[in-house]
Amino acid sequence: MDRILTHPILGDTPEGRLVNFTYDGQTLQGIEGEPIAAALRVAGVMTHRYTKKRHEPRGVFCAIGRCTDCVMVVNGKPNIRTCITPLEEGMDVRTQYGASAEKDF
Amino acid sequence: MIERYDLIVIGAGPAGLSAAIEAAKNGMKPIVFDENAKPGGQLFKQIHKFFGSKEHKAKIRGFNIGYELLEEANKLGVDVRLNATVVGLYDEKEVTVRIDDEIKHFKGDSVLVATGASENMVTFKGWTLPGVIGAGAAQTMMNLHHIKPGNRILMLGSGNVGLVVSYQLMQAGCEVVALVDAAPRIGGYGVHAAKISRCGVPFYLSHTIVEASGTDRVTGVTIAQVDSHFNFIEGTEKTFDVDTICVAVGLSPMSQLLKQAGVKMKDTPGGYVPECDEWGRTSVPGIFAAGDVSGIEEASSAMIEGRIAGSVISQDLGFIEKAEMEARASELEDALGSLREGMFAPKNRGKLIEKTEEGIGVSMNLLEHGFVADDEIERYPGVTHRKGIHPVIECTQNIPCNPCQDACPKGCISIGANITSLPTVTENPCIGCGMCVASCSGQAIFLVDEDTGDGYGTVTLPYEFLPIPEKGTKGVALGRDGHEVCEAEVVNVRSAKAFDHTNLLTMKVPKDMVMKARFFKAAI
Amino acid sequence: MIDIREKLDAIGPYVPAPDDDMLVCRCEEVTKGEIRQAVHAGMLTIEEIRRFLRCGMGLCQGQTCGKLVKGIVARELHVSPLDIEPATSRAPMRPTEMRILARDGGEAHE
Repeated sequence: MDRILTHPILGDTPEGRLVNFTYDGQTLQGIEGEPIAAALRVAGVMTHRYTKKRHEPRGVFCAIGRCTDCVMVVNGKPNIRTCITPLEEGMDVRTQYGASAEKDF
Repeated sequence: MIERYDLIVIGAGPAGLSAAIEAAKNGMKPIVFDENAKPGGQLFKQIHKFFGSKEHKAKIRGFNIGYELLEEANKLGVDVRLNATVVGLYDEKEVTVRIDDEIKHFKGDSVLVATGASENMVTFKGWTLPGVIGAGAAQTMMNLHHIKPGNRILMLGSGNVGLVVSYQLMQAGCEVVALVDAAPRIGGYGVHAAKISRCGVPFYLSHTIVEASGTDRVTGVTIAQVDSHFNFIEGTEKTFDVDTICVAVGLSPMSQLLKQAGVKMKDTPGGYVPECDEWGRTSVPGIFAAGDVSGIEEASSAMIEGRIAGSVISQDLGFIEKAEMEARASELEDALGSLREGMFAPKNRGKLIEKTEEGIGVSMNLLEHGFVADDEIERYPGVTHRKGIHPVIECTQNIPCNPCQDACPKGCISIGANITSLPTVTENPCIGCGMCVASCSGQAIFLVDEDTGDGYGTVTLPYEFLPIPEKGTKGVALGRDGHEVCEAEVVNVRSAKAFDHTNLLTMKVPKDMVMKARFFKAAI
Repeated sequence: MIDIREKLDAIGPYVPAPDDDMLVCRCEEVTKGEIRQAVHAGMLTIEEIRRFLRCGMGLCQGQTCGKLVKGIVARELHVSPLDIEPATSRAPMRPTEMRILARDGGEAHE
């Protein structure tokens, strides 16, 4: 999905610092401080996790930290709400399966 | 260790900040907790101009109201703690807050709960697929994080949230393929519907989603018509290729903390809310509620409710005299009262109103299709004809809003003392300055010159999209229904600081089209 | 005292519906059919259904499904959702790790 570079009401989007992070081992770039979910979406990643029982894909749903559907394993810690967790240089972001980064199906 | 405060405010949105500001003005030292990284609640996602009058900050965009509130709070030294999640509230006015990796305890002489609301959801086949999002999520992504929520989007819900977010999606450069609602009539303000209709977004009322399709993300959506019992009518299915489905089916008060504190609650069609007096006092002494948590309304009302509670709390704790509080509360109640008037007043919720306060028939086409039909528009008092340039005000519902009246330097527009009255156009000469066009939060005012002498006329319309067409651009004019009505050429584009990002686009159209042409689309 | 048998007789038997496999609680993956069947098995309050099925007990604590579950239960019981008592509100209101809750007060006892 695209970044909005300029907006009729909000004007030009301030330029942020690009940082590298990894998504399931693959290096991606995002803007420091933006939610991890925003950086992933720009990279085209829609699935953040697979559910425990039905192994169904889930992604961003509420984007404000309420619904917890966008949780991923970040720096080894599961259940991190990526829509409200700021991106940092070198973060290790992994798809969550159930409650872990190990694919269980 | 328990820290003690005069006033603990939970939630730094419009209600919470306003209460803290009011209390701080009276000499109190309030502390405000918010679970988010930024204060302001949902205000910073609201990029449209607000309704109301001057005292309600009308015609100012929501995010700018947010900046004003923050500045006021900062000046008064209000202590706003961010990333501070209140996890518990107890009847002795004790609050437990998670800050970093600790649970801290605070005790207030008073506590104001201003936690706002959360979005309602509906289930349909495929509703858990990535790509199905809340309308609030769309606003957050585009207006805070500057990313497009999707490219092709279907909006479910025709309340103000669904209408406003649809427009914002288009402003962000997304395509809204349809607006769908199971209800037979539009729930939000007609002017919000009209401004997306004329851009070409089709409305499907009495329709809802049958299924979101896709295996690992949304790739399409099927909708179908529903009968009066909300059952699908077979054979009415329509399918759209979309990558995103936005759900805007209402809000519910986030009142769990109040319930936990033992406050007397009541279940209403608008949600589970605390029983409060007119000043926000709950059944537990010292615990107050303000804003959406005590019943869903607009941010403008939330700010006033917050100020009232702040004032009442100040008096309770001895910071101001009773007479001072009563004077302040009464002034604020008047302001709040005027916001609760008109067709969309809380008391009219769910009712079909067929006549305006002036006794004019409400446009059924607007309610059922999202735009006023050409043969309905002439009956409204803002729609008049005269030689030369003049305003045409397509404001057809009684809503509490009057900036147009103050905007005109020549006094061409009159609403009168009753803020919900439909604007009328006076005899005074129009100078074509366009201030009324830019001031209308509903984007319902156009400047029309019905005959420029060469077989053409001009229509000046509010334009808030990019790119802004340049003078000389040729294209087509779209009608209120979003369909092409004639060829058009841009003859002028005006932008000014006073217009606050609403550009005034003037297009030339054949003179018999000036009362039909309401949007411009450049030729590709 | 509510006589459960009497109540269950009054609402009639559980009749399978085509959308019974629709997920309602997104966190704990509880379906509409499971909730409906729980009602007919004698669980007449949100509290009981939550404990039995775990709907609303996942990470989001019922933020998304609370109202939906209420609607389904009300329909099965032939009452208005307004007559269904919502689930009890308990701290913590947001997902909080046990290690943090256990250190309530902030003093570290490692």
